[in-house]
Amino acid sequence: MITSSITKKLKGIIGNDNVFDSPESRLAYSYDSSPINTQIPDLVVRPTTPEQISQIVQLANDEIFSIVPRGSGTGLSGGTLPSENSIILLTNHWNKIIEIDKENLCVWVEPGVITANLQADVEKYGFIYPPDPGSASISTLGGNVAENAGGLRGLKYGVTKNYVLGLEVVLPTGEILHTGGKSVKDVAGYNLKDILIGSEGTLGIFTKILLKIIPKPATSKTFLAFFSSMEDAARTVSAIITAKVTPSMIELLDNTTIRCVEDYTHIGLPVETAAILLIEIDGKKALVDDDAILVHEICRKHNATAIKVAQDEIESIKLKTARRSAFASLARATPTTLTEDVAVPRSEIAKLVSRISEIGKKNNIRIGTFGHAGVGNLHPNYMTDKRDKAAFARAEKSIIEVEEAAIELGGTITGEHGVGLYKKRLLEKMVGSPSMIMMRKLKQMMDPNNIMNPGKIFDLRPKCEGPLPTEREQIKKFEEVAWI
Amino acid sequence: MALKESLQQHLDDIYNKCLQCGLCLPICPTYNLDLREESSPRGRIQLIHSVQNNELTLSEIFVNEMYFCLDCRACETACPAGVRFGELIEESRNMISDKGLEPFILKFLKKIFLRWILTSTKRTKTAARILRAYQRCGLKEAVIESGLLRLFSDKLHEKHRLLPTIQDKFFDEEFSEIIRPAGDVRGRVAFLSGCIMNVAFTDIHRDAVYVLIANGFEVVIPRGQVCCGSLHAHNGEIDSAKYLAQKNIEVFEKYQFDALVVDSAGCSAFMKEYTRIFAGDEKYAERAKIFSQKVKEITEFFSEVGLTIPLTSFNKKVTYHEACHLVHTQKISRQPRELIQSIPGIELIELPEATWCCGSAGIYNVVRYDDSMKILDRKIKNLESTGADIVVTANPGCHLQLQYGIKKHGLNMQVMHPISLFRTVYHEKS
Repeated sequence: MITSSITKKLKGIIGNDNVFDSPESRLAYSYDSSPINTQIPDLVVRPTTPEQISQIVQLANDEIFSIVPRGSGTGLSGGTLPSENSIILLTNHWNKIIEIDKENLCVWVEPGVITANLQADVEKYGFIYPPDPGSASISTLGGNVAENAGGLRGLKYGVTKNYVLGLEVVLPTGEILHTGGKSVKDVAGYNLKDILIGSEGTLGIFTKILLKIIPKPATSKTFLAFFSSMEDAARTVSAIITAKVTPSMIELLDNTTIRCVEDYTHIGLPVETAAILLIEIDGKKALVDDDAILVHEICRKHNATAIKVAQDEIESIKLKTARRSAFASLARATPTTLTEDVAVPRSEIAKLVSRISEIGKKNNIRIGTFGHAGVGNLHPNYMTDKRDKAAFARAEKSIIEVEEAAIELGGTITGEHGVGLYKKRLLEKMVGSPSMIMMRKLKQMMDPNNIMNPGKIFDLRPKCEGPLPTEREQIKKFEEVAWI
Repeated sequence: MALKESLQQHLDDIYNKCLQCGLCLPICPTYNLDLREESSPRGRIQLIHSVQNNELTLSEIFVNEMYFCLDCRACETACPAGVRFGELIEESRNMISDKGLEPFILKFLKKIFLRWILTSTKRTKTAARILRAYQRCGLKEAVIESGLLRLFSDKLHEKHRLLPTIQDKFFDEEFSEIIRPAGDVRGRVAFLSGCIMNVAFTDIHRDAVYVLIANGFEVVIPRGQVCCGSLHAHNGEIDSAKYLAQKNIEVFEKYQFDALVVDSAGCSAFMKEYTRIFAGDEKYAERAKIFSQKVKEITEFFSEVGLTIPLTSFNKKVTYHEACHLVHTQKISRQPRELIQSIPGIELIELPEATWCCGSAGIYNVVRYDDSMKILDRKIKNLESTGADIVVTANPGCHLQLQYGIKKHGLNMQVMHPISLFRTVYHEKS
């Protein structure tokens, strides 16, 4: 419990103005973008230096309370949700781009820098920072590194972990650790950086991040290919890869998504189409032109019913509208939309898609699927109403079945959203016992008092759990939560 | 009670639509001031929901948060799920108003300005005459020069400068009820004279009527019309807003016209919402619907019917500031730009963050002067970066706020309504 003496000590470390303890403030940090509600945090704090965080962490170890780090709170797996006896530690106000190093192709940023702001800033100098999660307009880079965020351009450019060169981290025991740096080659000791990337706030709080940037591709070409069967679309993806072409993105929309997009945007999509692929190729012009001819040929060979090619930037944006509006279109179609995140080897994409639609039919739930087909990462969207208990239960059942299907196909329960609280139940099944033991040992060794975002990714001891609370009524009310 | 329950259900539906995705955070002017979740649309939705469910009390912090919001509706544009946040915030302000918990200055303004003065055209004009006398007799300058108000507070001194200049002749006194064009008649439109526009923006109204008749439209300015009620609705005075709306419906339905043309974005936005505020009302629901369907914002109107393209060129650099109640509430963004660009010789420079609120927000700049000024500073910085000669905007609130900011920061830029821009071009032609 956060006693008044702890609050006083926290105020002593970071000042009164940076400790938020009103019921209103605390309520506003009781959720993130995931469909789970947990509880109200005991306090919210906003430190301004790594040293302050270090002191707060030491206090947490002394007094035993938990720290939940949070950027903009746009995670989809519940990674920033408060746990029992916890304080929320904000980093979103820490938003300076410290250095753009054009010679070493890297940038030092503070953890609260918004992904899109960094992208816009480096583009001014002719560079790009490729990872672009759907929430890039508000997600923070600290959060991106903690979740190892992906995005649309993963096929050619990889995900966040491919861009992290160095980190400054406050460890769960309070030490400030520096790892990595501007040297491209560096094999001195264990690669600690990669253990911290994607650790979902359980192994430390990033206070400074060194990211790689790359030169902006000279030109790009965008295609929209329409198919009358999902099978054809999936085979096209494989054929493009086998032909040794690497587009910057190959995105897929299924029929349900196409219908919803058309209902919402009226951009003239043929609603009978089974699948649409959005393909973008970028690079030097001559190369892009050659690859474009090849991709066009492949789509045609695999029975594409129509192929649209953007002639300029404006048309390219128009073609991308279909994909960019996918999430919004599905979200508007039903009161509750649960966005999921499974991934399989890309050769299995057709099988995954058909399994998803079987599961939907069997459980009588509408599922709209879109996603990063080029990398085998799909987002099935379960369209339901959380107020309709029976329908919601069918959605939850379907989610688990789709996750199990992904595991069977040699894939993973999460491609880019993270495990957090939402995916804990299947992690063990997927990674197996030795991995779980190693993860738990690592956590216990680095965080002996289990104060850093506890209960996320896995529990320290395996335990039985009921369904996660999704309703306000299921979570603790204010009176029951200890607060001063 | 039945209405209360259906309202509760309605608000619940809006709440349930929120995905908590956070895409409303980067475009929320107040979230960007202090980067605190409770000052974001997503946070406020949670607060409102909790208060309605008695999980939170109507505390001072809650009230402050509800009035910190500009009600600019930028979040509605950004929201992927289509959450109508404006309805939530206005409902929560009604709730606060019912309990009499709003801040003192707002309570005072509501009582005197909204409830008493603006609910009657006669009283509005009387108040305007008094203000005009004050502004004309040299006392205003004397007060500003002397810094007399600084004795009370610096803010009062500054707020005093935000007051609109009252015109010599009020619009509804200058024009007859029906104005016919010289040549062929293309159609017949009704025109809203409004409250503040009628006494302080007579010139914009005059330009609008001029451009309408020049384009072959017969203009009817119904007598007996009142303020549209938007300021009331946005500040938790829904009863006064409804009273005014009913009056306007009754007055306007006596006339035959093709469209009700409005040259103030805030007014046209709210008059289109009459349908919603009277939904389920036995006497007014259907009439409000007919009324709202006829409302056309002036650039929207001319974009639909076409405007005689001016022949003279106008060699100026122009930028366009999007009024919140035009772009976010009415989704009108393309039309004014196209109209501006149709003038030969004009160079339209895109204003960075054009859809970002200027901080005027009705009476926000008076009630929350400090916050409003921080938001205005951001706007002025963006305006300065364009190097434009003229900033065009279609709402009186924005007009005054930008004028004030431009003067305060010493910029050399003129503020103009799009219709005045056309009038100028027509004028130069003849």
